[in-house]
Amino acid sequence: MSEDQHSPETPETAPLHGVLAEYNTPGEILEAARVIRDAGYTKWDTYTPFPVHGIDAAMGIKMTRLPWIVLCAALTGLATAILLQWWTNVIDYPFVISGKPMWSIPANVPVMFELTVLFSAFAALGGMLVLNNLPLPSHPLDLKERFAKSTDDKFFLLITAADPVFDDKDTRELLQSTHPAVLDDVPEDRQTSDKLPRFVVYGMIILTVAALIPFAFFAKARMTQTRDPRIHVIWDMDFQPKYKAQRENPLFEDHRAMRLPLDGTVAVGHLKTDDHLNKGLVDGVFARTFPRDITPSSETIERGQERFGIYCAPCHGYSGAGDGMVHKRAAALQEAGVAGSWVPPTNLQQQTLYEQPVGQLFDSITNGVRNMPAYGHSVSVEDRWAIIMYLRALQRMRVASLGDLTPEERSALK
Amino acid sequence: MAIASNINPYQGIPKGDNPFAQITDNVARVAEAPKPHIVWYISFGFALLLLSMFGGSIAYMVWNGIGVWGNMLPVAWGFPIVNFVFWVGIGHAGTLISAILFLLRQNWRTAINRFAEAMTIFAVICAASFPGIHIGRPWLPYWMFPIPNQMGMWPQFRSPLEWDVFAVGTYATVSILFWYMGMIPDFASFRDRATTTVRRVAYGIVAMGWRGSSRQWHRYERAYLLLAAFATPLVLSVHSVVSFDFATSQLPGWHTTIFPPYFVAGAIFGGFAMVQVLAVPAREFFGLKRIITIRHLELMNKVILATGMLVGYAYGMEMFIAWYSGALYEQFAFLNRAFGNFAWAYWTMIFCNVVSPQVFWFKKARTNVWITLLVGVIVNVGMWFERFVIICTSLTRDFLPSSWGAFIPTPVDYMTLSGSFGLFFTLFLLFCRYLPMCAISEVKAFHPAAHEHAHH
Repeated sequence: MSEDQHSPETPETAPLHGVLAEYNTPGEILEAARVIRDAGYTKWDTYTPFPVHGIDAAMGIKMTRLPWIVLCAALTGLATAILLQWWTNVIDYPFVISGKPMWSIPANVPVMFELTVLFSAFAALGGMLVLNNLPLPSHPLDLKERFAKSTDDKFFLLITAADPVFDDKDTRELLQSTHPAVLDDVPEDRQTSDKLPRFVVYGMIILTVAALIPFAFFAKARMTQTRDPRIHVIWDMDFQPKYKAQRENPLFEDHRAMRLPLDGTVAVGHLKTDDHLNKGLVDGVFARTFPRDITPSSETIERGQERFGIYCAPCHGYSGAGDGMVHKRAAALQEAGVAGSWVPPTNLQQQTLYEQPVGQLFDSITNGVRNMPAYGHSVSVEDRWAIIMYLRALQRMRVASLGDLTPEERSALK
Repeated sequence: MAIASNINPYQGIPKGDNPFAQITDNVARVAEAPKPHIVWYISFGFALLLLSMFGGSIAYMVWNGIGVWGNMLPVAWGFPIVNFVFWVGIGHAGTLISAILFLLRQNWRTAINRFAEAMTIFAVICAASFPGIHIGRPWLPYWMFPIPNQMGMWPQFRSPLEWDVFAVGTYATVSILFWYMGMIPDFASFRDRATTTVRRVAYGIVAMGWRGSSRQWHRYERAYLLLAAFATPLVLSVHSVVSFDFATSQLPGWHTTIFPPYFVAGAIFGGFAMVQVLAVPAREFFGLKRIITIRHLELMNKVILATGMLVGYAYGMEMFIAWYSGALYEQFAFLNRAFGNFAWAYWTMIFCNVVSPQVFWFKKARTNVWITLLVGVIVNVGMWFERFVIICTSLTRDFLPSSWGAFIPTPVDYMTLSGSFGLFFTLFLLFCRYLPMCAISEVKAFHPAAHEHAHH
C-alpha cells in the first residue's frame, strides 16, 4: 500500500484513526448511512463527490446555524450603511446638494441594500468555512490513496475510533453488513506535522513587518514637519506654461502679463457721469450742498457715524478733535525720541473745516490730503457722503446751545 | 418542481459505465492537457494583442488627459459610460444563471453556470475599469469610497453615481465569492487528480482542504442557497441602480420610470447572448459537448427570445409614454432618436435586439450552433448600440437648441472599446485553461445516475 512508502511506522503499529468503507453508488451509501445512524454512532462521516440527495436525513445531520450567522451579518450591514451615511453626510460633513434634505430614507436605501448583501455574502462564505473547520491542511484520510476518488466517483463512510460506540470487531462487522466495495483501516497520521514549516512562519513574519513599513512612513510624514516642497508624484495642473497676473511677459511691448483695458473702456456700473455725487464738484467748483442722491436722514448719519468710527476715528478721534489712538501713540513715541517726524491729524473741529465746502471734504476723503491717504478705493461714494453728513452733525454739536433743542427735548434733559 | 425536472438535458444521452468519473474527466482534462487546442493559442494571442491595445490606449489617455477622447460637452459621458453600462449588463446573465435559475430549480443551469459566473466577473472587471478612467484622474478613484482622508471630505450618498459605486462594488465582490465557493469542491477534484506537485499544491491551497464530507456539504449547500438568495435581488438592483444614473436626471429620454426594469431585461438579454458566444466555441474546442448539450443552447436561446421581446416592448413603451405624456421635449427626444442625428444607430439597435432574435421561434434555428453564435454576436452589437443611443441622442439634443452639440468618437475611443474585449477574452481564456470550466460536483448531483436508488 502506498502509505507504507511515506510512513516510518507500519499501519499496524500506528494507532487506529477509524474504519473506512467504500461504496460505488449514492444509493449504497444512503443505505449504509441509515444503518450506522440507527446503530447510535456519532463520530462518523460520509465523503461524497457531490451532495447526495437525502444524506442529511440518512445521517441524522441537524440543521446548521449558518442562516442565523448570516442574519446577524445582514443586520450589521444594514446598521453600518445607515450609520455610515448618516454620520458622514449629516454630522461630519453636511452640505446641501440640489436642495435635497441632508437625511432621507429613500436616497439612502440603495447603499443600505448593497451593504446588507455584501456583509451577508461574506458571512455565508466565511461562516461556512469556519463551521466546516476549513481550511484544513491535512487529514489522516489523505494518506489513503483510494480516498482521492472521493472527489471523483466513489462514496466513502468513515467511523472514527474516537466514537464511544466504536468497537474493533462489532463496528467492522456492522460495516461489512452494508456490503461495501472495500473495507479497511485508517491509521492515525503520525508523519504530517500540524505545525507550519519554519520557513513559512518566518516568511509570514517578515512579510507582515514589511507590509507595515509603508504605513510607518505615512505616520512619520503626518507627525513631522519639513521645509522641503512636497513630492509631486502627480503634477495635476500645478505647473502650467502660462503667464500669471502681475508677472512679466516678454511677448508684449510693455512686458505686462496683465493687459490693460482699451482706452475709453468703462466697466459696468463705473460710468459715473454725476460730478456732484462722484467728485463733489458743481460746475468745476467744490459743492456746498449734498448731492441729490444722498438722503439727509438719521439713517444716513448713523451709517456715517459707523463708517467714521472705522475709517476716521483712529487718527482724528471720535470727537474729530485730531486726538485718535494713532496720533496719541505716535506723539508718545515722538516724545520718547523713538519715532521721527509726525504730522498730527487735522482737528476737524477747527473753523476752517467748519467753513470748508462739503465737496472739498469729499475730495480729501477720496484722494487724500497731505499725510492722509486716499480712501476712495475702500469707502463707497454713498458712505463717503454719509461720513461727511455725520461730520457736519459732529461740528454742529460743538457750537450747539440749549436753544437748539425743542421744548420737549429740553424738558427731557431736566 | 414538475416543470423543472422535465427539463433534463441529459435525457437520451447514453449512460456510460461510470457517468461521475466521465464528468470529472471531461472537465479536468481541459485543465490537465499538456497543450491546449491550437485555437486556444490563436485566440489567446489575439486577446493579448487587444489587451495591450487596451493598456496602451489607457496609458496614452492618462498621459495626455481625457481630451484624447471624443467626450466633449454636451456629451460628457461618451464612450466610457456606454462601455461601462454595456459590460455591467453582460455580467447579469452569469448571476441570473447561477442564482435565479438555482432558486427556480432549473437544474440544466449546472452545465453552464460556472463559466457564466466567470464571464460575470470578467465583464464586471471590464466595466469597473471605465468609470475608473472616466474620472479623468485615474489616480484618485479612491475618492469614490468612504475612506477617512486628510481633506475631511466624504462621498455624497444622495447621488446615484455613489450608489453605483456600492452596487457595482458589491456585485463584483459577491460574484467573486459565489464563484469561488462554487469552485472549492472542483478544486478538490483537481487536487486529487493532480499528477505534479505544483498542481497538487496550487489546487490544494485553493481547495482549502475540502474532502467532501457530508457534514460539510450540508453547510455548503445552505451557504450556496443563502448566497443565491442574496445574489438574486442584488443582480436586479445593480442594473436598476445603473439606470438611476440616467433616470434620476431631468434630461428628456433619460427621465423615465421604465428604466430600471428595462435595463435589467436588456442586461439579461445581452448577457445570455454573450454566454452563447462563449459557450459555442468552448464546447467545440474543449470537448465539453457531453456536458453542454445542444439542449442547453436551445434553452438559452429561448431566454434570449423572451428577454429580446421584453426589450422590444420597452422600446415601444418608451415611444408610447413620450406621446401619452404630452411633454413636448420628451416627444421630441424620442422622435429624434428614431429619425434624428443618430437614427442609423437607433435602427441598428432595433434590428439587432428586436428583429434578429425572432429566428429563435424556429427550433431549427435554436438548435443550430452557427445561427446561435451569429445571433449572439448581433445581439451584443445591438446592446452596445442601445447604450450608445440612450446616452448620445439624449445628450446631443436636449431642451435648448443652443446647447445642442455633436459627438464624434476618436480612434482612442475605438481602441479602448475593442481593447476592453482583449481584457475580457484574456481573462476568460486563462480561466478555460486553468480552472474548472463546468461545475463538476453540481453536474454530477443533477445527473440521472445520482438519483438512482436514492428513494427506497
